Amino acid sequence: MWAWIQKFSSPKYFYDMSAKLIPWFAIPALVIGVYGLYLGFFVAPTDYQQGESYRIIFIHVPAAWMSLFIYMVMAISAGIGLIWQIRLADVIAASSAPIGASFTFVALVTGSLWGKPMWGTYWVWDARLTSELILLFLYFGYMALQASIEDQRMADKASGLLAIVGVVNIPIIHYSVEWWNTLHQGATVTKLDKPSIHIDMLIPLLLMALAFKLFYATMVLVRARNEALYRDRNRRWVRELVEKL
Amino acid sequence: MNGSEFSWSEFFAMGGYAFFVWTSYGLTFAVIALNIIMPVMHRKKVINRVKRAIRREQLQQ
Amino acid sequence: MLKAFYYLLLRDMRLALRSRHELANPLIFFVLVVTLFPLAVMPTPERLQEMAPGVIWVAALLSVLLSLDRLFKQDYEDGSLDQLMLSPNPLVVLVLAKVGAHWLLTGLPLVIIAPLLGVFMQLSSESLSVLIWSLLLGTPVLSLIGAIGVSLTVAVNRGGVLLSLIVLPLYIPVLIFGANAIDVANDGMSVRGQLYFLGAVLALALSLAPLATAVALRITASR
Repeated sequence: MWAWIQKFSSPKYFYDMSAKLIPWFAIPALVIGVYGLYLGFFVAPTDYQQGESYRIIFIHVPAAWMSLFIYMVMAISAGIGLIWQIRLADVIAASSAPIGASFTFVALVTGSLWGKPMWGTYWVWDARLTSELILLFLYFGYMALQASIEDQRMADKASGLLAIVGVVNIPIIHYSVEWWNTLHQGATVTKLDKPSIHIDMLIPLLLMALAFKLFYATMVLVRARNEALYRDRNRRWVRELVEKL
Repeated sequence: MNGSEFSWSEFFAMGGYAFFVWTSYGLTFAVIALNIIMPVMHRKKVINRVKRAIRREQLQQ
Repeated sequence: MLKAFYYLLLRDMRLALRSRHELANPLIFFVLVVTLFPLAVMPTPERLQEMAPGVIWVAALLSVLLSLDRLFKQDYEDGSLDQLMLSPNPLVVLVLAKVGAHWLLTGLPLVIIAPLLGVFMQLSSESLSVLIWSLLLGTPVLSLIGAIGVSLTVAVNRGGVLLSLIVLPLYIPVLIFGANAIDVANDGMSVRGQLYFLGAVLALALSLAPLATAVALRITASR
Protein backbone atom coordinates (compact mmCIF):
# COMPACT_ATOMS: atom_id res chain seq x y z
CA MET A 1 0.00 0.00 0.00
CA TRP A 2 2.65 2.50 1.10
CA ALA A 3 4.86 1.65 -1.84
CA TRP A 4 1.91 2.13 -4.15
CA ILE A 5 1.22 5.57 -2.67
CA GLN A 6 4.86 6.51 -3.02
CA LYS A 7 4.82 5.39 -6.62
CA PHE A 8 1.56 7.05 -7.55
CA SER A 9 2.50 10.27 -5.86
CA SER A 10 5.74 10.63 -7.77
CA PRO A 11 5.11 13.58 -10.09
CA LYS A 12 6.10 11.81 -13.27
CA TYR A 13 3.93 8.77 -12.60
CA PHE A 14 1.04 11.03 -11.66
CA TYR A 15 1.50 13.04 -14.83
CA ASP A 16 1.31 9.94 -17.04
CA MET A 17 -1.50 8.26 -15.11
CA SER A 18 -3.71 11.33 -14.93
CA ALA A 19 -3.57 11.72 -18.70
CA LYS A 20 -5.29 8.35 -18.95
CA LEU A 21 -7.77 9.16 -16.18
CA ILE A 22 -8.98 12.53 -17.43
CA PRO A 23 -11.23 11.26 -20.29
CA TRP A 24 -12.91 8.88 -17.84
CA PHE A 25 -14.08 11.89 -15.88
CA ALA A 26 -14.49 14.48 -18.62
CA ILE A 27 -16.74 12.49 -20.97
CA PRO A 28 -19.21 11.30 -18.30
CA ALA A 29 -19.29 14.85 -16.91
CA LEU A 30 -20.36 16.18 -20.30
CA VAL A 31 -22.90 13.41 -21.00
CA ILE A 32 -24.48 13.47 -17.55
CA GLY A 33 -24.51 17.26 -17.53
CA VAL A 34 -26.30 17.50 -20.86
CA TYR A 35 -28.79 14.79 -19.87
CA GLY A 36 -29.38 16.47 -16.51
CA LEU A 37 -30.05 19.79 -18.22
CA TYR A 38 -32.43 18.10 -20.65
CA LEU A 39 -34.39 16.53 -17.80
CA GLY A 40 -34.25 19.77 -15.85
CA PHE A 41 -35.64 21.91 -18.63
CA PHE A 42 -37.93 19.58 -20.58
CA VAL A 43 -39.11 16.87 -18.20
CA ALA A 44 -39.24 18.47 -14.75
CA PRO A 45 -42.66 20.09 -14.24
CA THR A 46 -43.24 23.75 -13.50
CA ASP A 47 -43.22 24.50 -9.78
CA TYR A 48 -46.68 25.52 -8.63
CA GLN A 49 -45.28 28.18 -6.28
CA GLN A 50 -42.21 29.54 -8.01
CA GLY A 51 -43.14 29.01 -11.65
CA GLU A 52 -40.21 28.47 -14.00
CA SER A 53 -37.74 30.45 -11.88
CA TYR A 54 -37.07 27.40 -9.72
CA ARG A 55 -35.10 25.86 -12.61
CA ILE A 56 -32.12 27.82 -11.29
CA ILE A 57 -31.81 25.24 -8.49
CA PHE A 58 -30.40 22.71 -10.96
CA ILE A 59 -27.19 24.72 -10.91
CA HIS A 60 -27.50 26.66 -7.69
CA VAL A 61 -27.87 23.72 -5.31
CA PRO A 62 -25.14 21.53 -6.88
CA ALA A 63 -22.80 24.53 -6.96
CA ALA A 64 -23.47 25.19 -3.27
CA TRP A 65 -22.83 21.51 -2.48
CA MET A 66 -19.62 21.59 -4.48
CA SER A 67 -18.36 24.73 -2.77
CA LEU A 68 -18.39 22.95 0.58
CA PHE A 69 -17.29 19.57 -0.81
CA ILE A 70 -14.23 21.05 -2.50
CA TYR A 71 -13.26 22.87 0.67
CA MET A 72 -13.38 19.54 2.50
CA VAL A 73 -11.29 17.82 -0.17
CA MET A 74 -8.84 20.70 -0.01
CA ALA A 75 -8.50 20.53 3.75
CA ILE A 76 -8.19 16.73 3.80
CA SER A 77 -5.53 16.64 1.12
CA ALA A 78 -3.73 19.54 2.80
CA GLY A 79 -3.80 17.50 6.00
CA ILE A 80 -2.37 14.47 4.20
CA GLY A 81 0.31 16.70 2.73
CA LEU A 82 1.15 18.13 6.14
CA ILE A 83 1.26 14.85 8.05
CA TRP A 84 2.72 12.40 5.56
CA GLN A 85 4.70 14.87 3.48
CA ILE A 86 3.11 13.71 0.26
CA ARG A 87 3.72 16.47 -2.24
CA LEU A 88 1.00 15.32 -4.58
CA ALA A 89 -1.58 15.98 -1.84
CA ASP A 90 -0.37 19.57 -1.57
CA VAL A 91 -0.66 19.92 -5.32
CA ILE A 92 -4.26 18.63 -5.23
CA ALA A 93 -5.13 21.05 -2.43
CA ALA A 94 -3.62 24.03 -4.24
CA SER A 95 -5.32 23.05 -7.51
CA SER A 96 -8.71 22.67 -5.81
CA ALA A 97 -8.91 26.18 -4.41
CA PRO A 98 -9.65 28.17 -7.59
CA ILE A 99 -12.25 25.61 -8.71
CA GLY A 100 -13.92 25.70 -5.31
CA ALA A 101 -13.90 29.47 -5.31
CA SER A 102 -15.57 29.57 -8.72
CA PHE A 103 -18.31 27.16 -7.62
CA THR A 104 -18.85 29.32 -4.54
CA PHE A 105 -19.11 32.36 -6.77
CA VAL A 106 -21.64 30.56 -9.00
CA ALA A 107 -23.68 29.52 -5.97
CA LEU A 108 -23.73 33.11 -4.72
CA VAL A 109 -24.75 34.74 -7.99
CA THR A 110 -27.36 32.14 -8.93
CA GLY A 111 -28.72 32.25 -5.39
CA SER A 112 -29.14 35.98 -5.66
CA LEU A 113 -30.75 35.67 -9.12
CA TRP A 114 -33.09 33.02 -7.76
CA GLY A 115 -33.85 35.19 -4.75
CA LYS A 116 -34.88 38.25 -6.74
CA PRO A 117 -38.24 36.85 -7.92
CA MET A 118 -38.77 35.16 -4.54
CA TRP A 119 -37.76 37.93 -2.16
CA GLY A 120 -38.16 40.93 -4.46
CA THR A 121 -34.51 41.87 -3.96
CA TYR A 122 -31.19 40.52 -5.18
CA TRP A 123 -29.64 40.20 -1.79
CA VAL A 124 -31.14 39.02 1.45
CA TRP A 125 -28.97 38.19 4.45
CA ASP A 126 -30.31 34.69 4.49
CA ALA A 127 -28.30 31.96 6.17
CA ARG A 128 -27.34 30.07 3.04
CA LEU A 129 -26.17 33.10 1.04
CA THR A 130 -24.31 34.56 4.01
CA SER A 131 -22.48 31.29 4.74
CA GLU A 132 -21.63 31.01 1.06
CA LEU A 133 -20.18 34.54 1.09
CA ILE A 134 -18.03 33.75 4.12
CA LEU A 135 -16.87 30.54 2.43
CA LEU A 136 -15.77 32.62 -0.56
CA PHE A 137 -13.68 34.75 1.79
CA LEU A 138 -12.12 31.60 3.26
CA TYR A 139 -11.14 30.49 -0.25
CA PHE A 140 -9.69 33.94 -0.99
CA GLY A 141 -7.67 33.83 2.22
CA TYR A 142 -6.26 30.42 1.30
CA MET A 143 -5.37 31.51 -2.22
CA ALA A 144 -3.85 34.80 -1.06
CA LEU A 145 -1.65 33.05 1.50
CA GLN A 146 -0.61 30.41 -1.03
CA ALA A 147 0.34 33.13 -3.52
CA SER A 148 2.21 35.43 -1.15
CA ILE A 149 4.76 33.00 0.27
CA GLU A 150 7.73 32.62 -2.04
CA ASP A 151 9.01 29.27 -0.84
CA GLN A 152 6.76 26.59 -2.38
CA ARG A 153 7.03 24.06 0.46
CA MET A 154 6.32 26.70 3.06
CA ALA A 155 3.42 28.10 1.05
CA ASP A 156 1.87 24.61 0.79
CA LYS A 157 2.21 23.87 4.47
CA ALA A 158 1.08 27.28 5.70
CA SER A 159 -1.98 27.47 3.46
CA GLY A 160 -2.73 23.83 4.23
CA LEU A 161 -2.82 24.59 7.92
CA LEU A 162 -5.12 27.53 7.18
CA ALA A 163 -7.46 25.21 5.28
CA ILE A 164 -7.62 22.89 8.29
CA VAL A 165 -8.28 25.80 10.66
CA GLY A 166 -11.02 26.86 8.24
CA VAL A 167 -12.62 23.42 8.33
CA VAL A 168 -12.74 23.47 12.13
CA ASN A 169 -14.37 26.89 11.91
CA ILE A 170 -16.91 26.17 9.18
CA PRO A 171 -19.41 24.37 11.46
CA ILE A 172 -19.11 27.13 14.05
CA ILE A 173 -19.55 29.83 11.43
CA HIS A 174 -22.43 27.94 9.88
CA TYR A 175 -24.15 27.44 13.19
CA SER A 176 -23.77 31.06 14.26
CA VAL A 177 -24.97 32.40 10.92
CA GLU A 178 -27.96 30.07 10.99
CA TRP A 179 -28.79 31.11 14.53
CA TRP A 180 -28.31 34.80 13.73
CA ASN A 181 -30.52 34.38 10.71
CA THR A 182 -33.46 32.84 12.54
CA LEU A 183 -33.38 35.85 14.84
CA HIS A 184 -33.54 38.37 12.04
CA GLN A 185 -35.54 36.78 9.26
CA GLY A 186 -37.54 33.79 10.32
CA ALA A 187 -40.24 33.13 7.75
CA THR A 188 -38.63 34.18 4.46
CA VAL A 189 -36.33 31.19 4.21
CA THR A 190 -38.88 28.47 4.80
CA LYS A 191 -40.59 29.53 1.58
CA LEU A 192 -37.69 28.06 -0.35
CA ASP A 193 -36.91 25.04 1.77
CA LYS A 194 -39.74 22.82 0.73
CA PRO A 195 -39.73 19.58 2.68
CA SER A 196 -40.62 17.36 -0.27
CA ILE A 197 -39.38 17.71 -3.80
CA HIS A 198 -40.98 16.17 -6.86
CA ILE A 199 -39.08 13.12 -8.11
CA ASP A 200 -38.86 14.60 -11.63
CA MET A 201 -37.11 17.59 -10.10
CA LEU A 202 -34.89 15.56 -7.81
CA ILE A 203 -33.38 13.36 -10.54
CA PRO A 204 -32.02 16.22 -12.68
CA LEU A 205 -30.80 17.90 -9.51
CA LEU A 206 -28.80 14.82 -8.50
CA LEU A 207 -27.55 14.31 -12.05
CA MET A 208 -26.30 17.87 -12.20
CA ALA A 209 -24.58 17.40 -8.85
CA LEU A 210 -22.84 14.31 -10.23
CA ALA A 211 -21.85 16.18 -13.40
CA PHE A 212 -20.37 18.99 -11.32
CA LYS A 213 -18.40 16.49 -9.24
CA LEU A 214 -17.01 14.84 -12.36
CA PHE A 215 -16.17 18.24 -13.81
CA TYR A 216 -14.29 19.06 -10.64
CA ALA A 217 -12.41 15.75 -10.81
CA THR A 218 -11.43 16.50 -14.40
CA MET A 219 -10.30 20.02 -13.77
CA VAL A 220 -8.42 19.26 -10.56
CA LEU A 221 -6.39 16.68 -12.49
CA VAL A 222 -5.74 19.11 -15.34
CA ARG A 223 -4.62 21.81 -12.92
CA ALA A 224 -2.55 19.38 -10.84
CA ARG A 225 -0.72 18.25 -14.02
CA ASN A 226 0.20 21.85 -14.77
CA GLU A 227 1.31 22.35 -11.21
CA ALA A 228 3.43 19.16 -11.33
CA LEU A 229 5.11 20.37 -14.52
CA TYR A 230 5.73 23.80 -13.09
CA ARG A 231 7.13 22.62 -9.80
CA ASP A 232 9.48 20.14 -11.46
CA ARG A 233 10.43 22.54 -14.25
CA ASN A 234 14.13 22.03 -13.56
CA ARG A 235 13.95 18.24 -13.36
CA ARG A 236 14.93 15.87 -16.08
CA TRP A 237 11.57 14.24 -16.71
CA VAL A 238 9.94 17.59 -17.44
CA ARG A 239 12.80 18.60 -19.72
CA GLU A 240 12.58 15.37 -21.69
CA LEU A 241 8.82 15.62 -21.91
CA VAL A 242 8.85 19.21 -23.15
CA GLU A 243 11.48 18.47 -25.78
CA LYS A 244 9.23 15.83 -27.25
CA LEU A 245 6.31 18.28 -27.63
CA MET B 1 -45.25 23.68 -20.85
CA ASN B 2 -48.12 22.07 -19.01
CA GLY B 3 -48.98 19.38 -21.48
CA SER B 4 -49.93 21.92 -24.13
CA GLU B 5 -48.03 22.05 -27.38
CA PHE B 6 -44.35 22.84 -26.99
CA SER B 7 -43.10 26.14 -28.32
CA TRP B 8 -39.58 27.47 -28.24
CA SER B 9 -40.60 31.06 -27.62
CA GLU B 10 -42.54 29.94 -24.59
CA PHE B 11 -39.54 27.90 -23.51
CA PHE B 12 -37.20 30.88 -23.73
CA ALA B 13 -39.67 33.12 -21.91
CA MET B 14 -39.43 30.83 -18.84
CA GLY B 15 -42.82 31.94 -17.63
CA GLY B 16 -41.65 35.53 -17.30
CA TYR B 17 -38.47 34.61 -15.44
CA ALA B 18 -36.29 34.50 -18.57
CA PHE B 19 -33.85 37.11 -17.30
CA PHE B 20 -33.12 35.33 -14.02
CA VAL B 21 -32.96 31.82 -15.41
CA TRP B 22 -30.86 32.60 -18.48
CA THR B 23 -28.50 34.94 -16.66
CA SER B 24 -27.89 32.21 -14.08
CA TYR B 25 -27.19 29.57 -16.70
CA GLY B 26 -25.18 31.93 -18.90
CA LEU B 27 -22.99 32.96 -16.02
CA THR B 28 -22.48 29.39 -14.88
CA PHE B 29 -21.37 28.37 -18.36
CA ALA B 30 -19.06 31.35 -18.55
CA VAL B 31 -17.44 30.33 -15.26
CA ILE B 32 -17.14 26.71 -16.41
CA ALA B 33 -15.62 27.81 -19.73
CA LEU B 34 -13.16 30.04 -17.91
CA ASN B 35 -12.25 27.12 -15.66
CA ILE B 36 -11.40 25.08 -18.75
CA ILE B 37 -9.59 27.80 -20.69
CA MET B 38 -7.38 29.05 -17.89
CA PRO B 39 -5.55 25.77 -17.12
CA VAL B 40 -5.06 25.16 -20.85
CA MET B 41 -3.43 28.59 -21.24
CA HIS B 42 -1.40 28.01 -18.09
CA ARG B 43 -0.11 24.74 -19.47
CA LYS B 44 1.11 26.46 -22.62
CA LYS B 45 2.82 29.09 -20.52
CA VAL B 46 4.61 26.51 -18.38
CA ILE B 47 5.76 24.53 -21.42
CA ASN B 48 7.02 27.67 -23.16
CA ARG B 49 8.90 28.64 -20.06
CA VAL B 50 10.64 25.28 -19.85
CA LYS B 51 11.44 25.40 -23.58
CA ARG B 52 13.00 28.83 -23.20
CA ALA B 53 15.06 27.61 -20.26
CA ILE B 54 16.33 24.67 -22.30
CA ARG B 55 17.27 26.93 -25.22
CA ARG B 56 19.07 29.33 -22.91
CA GLU B 57 21.11 26.50 -21.45
CA GLN B 58 21.99 25.17 -24.88
CA LEU B 59 23.20 28.63 -25.92
CA GLN B 60 25.36 28.90 -22.87
CA GLN B 61 27.15 25.65 -23.57
CA MET C 1 7.41 24.90 32.31
CA LEU C 2 5.21 27.19 34.40
CA LYS C 3 8.27 29.26 35.08
CA ALA C 4 8.92 29.65 31.37
CA PHE C 5 5.31 30.70 30.92
CA TYR C 6 5.53 33.44 33.55
CA TYR C 7 8.95 34.55 32.41
CA LEU C 8 7.86 34.97 28.82
CA LEU C 9 4.62 36.67 29.83
CA LEU C 10 6.48 39.18 31.98
CA ARG C 11 9.13 39.73 29.33
CA ASP C 12 6.53 40.55 26.69
CA MET C 13 4.68 42.87 29.07
CA ARG C 14 7.86 44.65 30.06
CA LEU C 15 8.98 45.05 26.45
CA ALA C 16 5.61 46.44 25.45
CA LEU C 17 5.39 48.81 28.39
CA ARG C 18 8.69 50.29 27.32
CA SER C 19 7.02 51.70 24.19
CA ARG C 20 3.81 52.99 25.69
CA HIS C 21 2.62 54.99 22.72
CA GLU C 22 2.49 51.84 20.63
CA LEU C 23 0.38 50.28 23.32
CA ALA C 24 -2.05 53.18 23.34
CA ASN C 25 -2.54 53.28 19.59
CA PRO C 26 -5.07 50.43 19.23
CA LEU C 27 -6.99 51.85 22.15
CA ILE C 28 -7.14 55.34 20.64
CA PHE C 29 -8.12 53.77 17.32
CA PHE C 30 -10.96 51.92 19.05
CA VAL C 31 -12.35 55.11 20.60
CA LEU C 32 -11.83 57.10 17.42
CA VAL C 33 -13.69 54.66 15.17
CA VAL C 34 -16.65 54.51 17.53
CA THR C 35 -16.69 58.31 17.73
CA LEU C 36 -16.96 58.57 13.95
CA PHE C 37 -20.32 56.84 13.79
CA PRO C 38 -22.43 59.35 15.72
CA LEU C 39 -20.89 62.04 13.53
CA ALA C 40 -21.87 60.15 10.38
CA VAL C 41 -25.54 59.78 11.30
CA MET C 42 -28.15 61.82 13.14
CA PRO C 43 -27.16 60.96 16.72
CA THR C 44 -30.58 60.42 18.25
CA PRO C 45 -30.34 58.23 21.37
CA GLU C 46 -32.55 55.47 19.90
CA ARG C 47 -30.54 55.22 16.74
CA LEU C 48 -27.22 55.20 18.61
CA GLN C 49 -28.47 52.50 20.96
CA GLU C 50 -29.53 50.41 18.01
CA MET C 51 -26.16 50.80 16.30
CA ALA C 52 -24.01 50.49 19.42
CA PRO C 53 -23.51 46.67 19.55
CA GLY C 54 -22.39 46.38 15.95
CA VAL C 55 -20.27 49.52 15.94
CA ILE C 56 -18.45 48.77 19.18
CA TRP C 57 -17.80 45.14 18.26
CA VAL C 58 -16.57 45.88 14.74
CA ALA C 59 -14.30 48.59 16.14
CA ALA C 60 -12.96 46.12 18.73
CA LEU C 61 -12.30 43.54 15.99
CA LEU C 62 -10.38 46.06 13.90
CA SER C 63 -8.27 47.41 16.72
CA VAL C 64 -7.28 43.91 17.82
CA LEU C 65 -6.42 43.17 14.19
CA LEU C 66 -4.19 46.24 14.05
CA SER C 67 -2.32 45.19 17.18
CA LEU C 68 -1.73 41.58 16.08
CA ASP C 69 1.53 42.30 14.29
CA ARG C 70 3.18 42.94 17.63
CA LEU C 71 2.55 39.33 18.63
CA PHE C 72 5.37 37.67 16.65
CA LYS C 73 6.67 40.09 14.03
CA GLN C 74 9.32 41.81 16.12
CA ASP C 75 10.50 38.55 17.66
CA TYR C 76 10.73 37.07 14.19
CA GLU C 77 12.79 39.95 12.87
CA ASP C 78 15.29 40.13 15.73
CA GLY C 79 15.67 36.36 15.93
CA SER C 80 14.30 35.84 19.42
CA LEU C 81 11.53 33.70 17.94
CA ASP C 82 14.17 31.22 16.76
CA GLN C 83 15.51 31.15 20.30
CA LEU C 84 12.04 30.42 21.65
CA MET C 85 11.55 27.54 19.26
CA LEU C 86 14.88 26.05 20.24
CA SER C 87 14.03 26.17 23.95
CA PRO C 88 13.27 22.84 25.65
CA ASN C 89 9.85 24.09 26.81
CA PRO C 90 6.86 23.03 24.72
CA LEU C 91 6.13 25.67 22.11
CA VAL C 92 2.40 25.54 22.90
CA VAL C 93 3.03 26.87 26.40
CA LEU C 94 5.25 29.65 25.09
CA VAL C 95 2.65 30.58 22.49
CA LEU C 96 0.02 30.69 25.22
CA ALA C 97 2.24 33.04 27.25
CA LYS C 98 2.71 35.37 24.29
CA VAL C 99 -0.99 35.39 23.50
CA GLY C 100 -1.76 36.00 27.18
CA ALA C 101 0.55 38.99 27.21
CA HIS C 102 -1.04 40.26 24.02
CA TRP C 103 -4.50 40.04 25.51
CA LEU C 104 -3.47 41.74 28.76
CA LEU C 105 -1.99 44.58 26.73
CA THR C 106 -4.71 45.07 24.10
CA GLY C 107 -7.85 43.07 24.91
CA LEU C 108 -8.10 44.03 28.55
CA PRO C 109 -7.64 47.79 27.92
CA LEU C 110 -10.45 47.57 25.34
CA VAL C 111 -12.70 46.00 27.96
CA ILE C 112 -11.77 48.69 30.46
CA ILE C 113 -12.44 51.59 28.13
CA ALA C 114 -15.62 50.09 26.65
CA PRO C 115 -17.97 51.59 29.30
CA LEU C 116 -16.96 55.05 28.10
CA LEU C 117 -18.00 54.13 24.58
CA GLY C 118 -21.20 52.63 25.92
CA VAL C 119 -21.98 56.01 27.44
CA PHE C 120 -21.19 57.69 24.12
CA MET C 121 -23.66 55.35 22.46
CA GLN C 122 -26.37 55.89 25.08
CA LEU C 123 -26.40 52.32 26.36
CA SER C 124 -28.34 51.57 29.54
CA SER C 125 -26.45 50.30 32.58
CA GLU C 126 -27.61 46.69 32.04
CA SER C 127 -26.45 46.77 28.43
CA LEU C 128 -23.17 48.23 29.64
CA SER C 129 -22.46 45.29 31.89
CA VAL C 130 -23.35 42.89 29.09
CA LEU C 131 -21.01 44.81 26.80
CA ILE C 132 -18.20 44.31 29.29
CA TRP C 133 -18.93 40.63 29.75
CA SER C 134 -19.15 39.95 26.03
CA LEU C 135 -15.84 41.76 25.42
CA LEU C 136 -14.25 39.97 28.35
CA LEU C 137 -15.17 36.58 26.87
CA GLY C 138 -14.71 37.57 23.22
CA THR C 139 -11.43 39.50 23.06
CA PRO C 140 -9.25 36.56 24.25
CA VAL C 141 -10.68 34.57 21.33
CA LEU C 142 -9.66 37.40 19.00
CA SER C 143 -6.09 37.25 20.33
CA LEU C 144 -5.99 33.45 20.10
CA ILE C 145 -7.30 33.20 16.53
CA GLY C 146 -5.25 36.22 15.55
CA ALA C 147 -2.11 34.41 16.72
CA ILE C 148 -2.73 31.69 14.11
CA GLY C 149 -3.05 34.34 11.41
CA VAL C 150 0.11 36.23 12.40
CA SER C 151 2.17 33.08 12.70
CA LEU C 152 1.09 32.04 9.19
CA THR C 153 2.01 35.41 7.70
CA VAL C 154 5.07 36.21 9.79
CA ALA C 155 7.47 35.63 6.88
CA VAL C 156 5.40 37.67 4.42
CA ASN C 157 6.49 41.24 3.83
CA ARG C 158 3.66 43.76 4.05
CA GLY C 159 1.27 41.06 5.21
CA GLY C 160 -1.23 43.50 6.73
CA VAL C 161 -4.08 43.11 4.25
CA LEU C 162 -3.35 39.40 3.92
CA LEU C 163 -3.63 39.02 7.68
CA SER C 164 -7.05 40.67 7.75
CA LEU C 165 -8.21 38.53 4.84
CA ILE C 166 -7.23 35.40 6.77
CA VAL C 167 -8.36 36.39 10.24
CA LEU C 168 -11.57 38.40 9.81
CA PRO C 169 -13.73 35.55 8.44
CA LEU C 170 -12.69 33.45 11.44
CA TYR C 171 -13.82 36.27 13.77
CA ILE C 172 -17.40 36.18 12.50
CA PRO C 173 -18.92 33.87 15.16
CA VAL C 174 -17.51 36.02 17.96
CA LEU C 175 -18.82 39.14 16.25
CA ILE C 176 -22.30 37.68 15.80
CA PHE C 177 -22.72 36.48 19.35
CA GLY C 178 -20.90 39.38 21.01
CA ALA C 179 -22.92 42.04 19.24
CA ASN C 180 -26.14 40.11 19.59
CA ALA C 181 -25.73 39.80 23.35
CA ILE C 182 -25.76 43.59 23.68
CA ASP C 183 -28.60 43.86 21.21
CA VAL C 184 -30.70 41.46 23.24
CA ALA C 185 -29.76 43.23 26.47
CA ASN C 186 -31.04 46.46 24.93
CA ASP C 187 -34.43 44.80 24.64
CA GLY C 188 -34.19 43.74 28.26
CA MET C 189 -34.04 40.00 27.61
CA SER C 190 -31.78 37.29 28.99
CA VAL C 191 -28.35 37.07 27.38
CA ARG C 192 -27.26 33.86 29.05
CA GLY C 193 -27.29 31.83 25.83
CA GLN C 194 -25.06 34.28 23.97
CA LEU C 195 -22.57 34.50 26.82
CA TYR C 196 -22.49 30.70 27.15
CA PHE C 197 -21.73 30.42 23.47
CA LEU C 198 -18.90 32.95 23.75
CA GLY C 199 -17.56 30.99 26.71
CA ALA C 200 -17.69 27.75 24.73
CA VAL C 201 -15.88 29.36 21.81
CA LEU C 202 -13.27 30.70 24.22
CA ALA C 203 -12.71 27.23 25.68
CA LEU C 204 -12.39 25.75 22.20
CA ALA C 205 -10.02 28.47 21.02
CA LEU C 206 -7.96 28.19 24.19
CA SER C 207 -7.42 24.48 23.62
CA LEU C 208 -6.91 24.42 19.84
CA ALA C 209 -5.53 27.78 18.73
CA PRO C 210 -2.16 27.56 20.57
CA LEU C 211 -1.60 24.15 18.96
CA ALA C 212 -2.32 25.50 15.49
CA THR C 213 -0.14 28.52 16.19
CA ALA C 214 2.76 26.32 17.31
CA VAL C 215 2.48 24.21 14.15
CA ALA C 216 2.27 27.35 12.03
CA LEU C 217 5.38 28.81 13.62
CA ARG C 218 7.32 25.61 12.96
CA ILE C 219 6.32 25.93 9.32
CA THR C 220 6.88 29.60 8.66
CA ALA C 221 9.50 30.77 11.14
CA SER C 222 12.09 28.07 10.48
CA ARG C 223 14.92 29.55 8.51
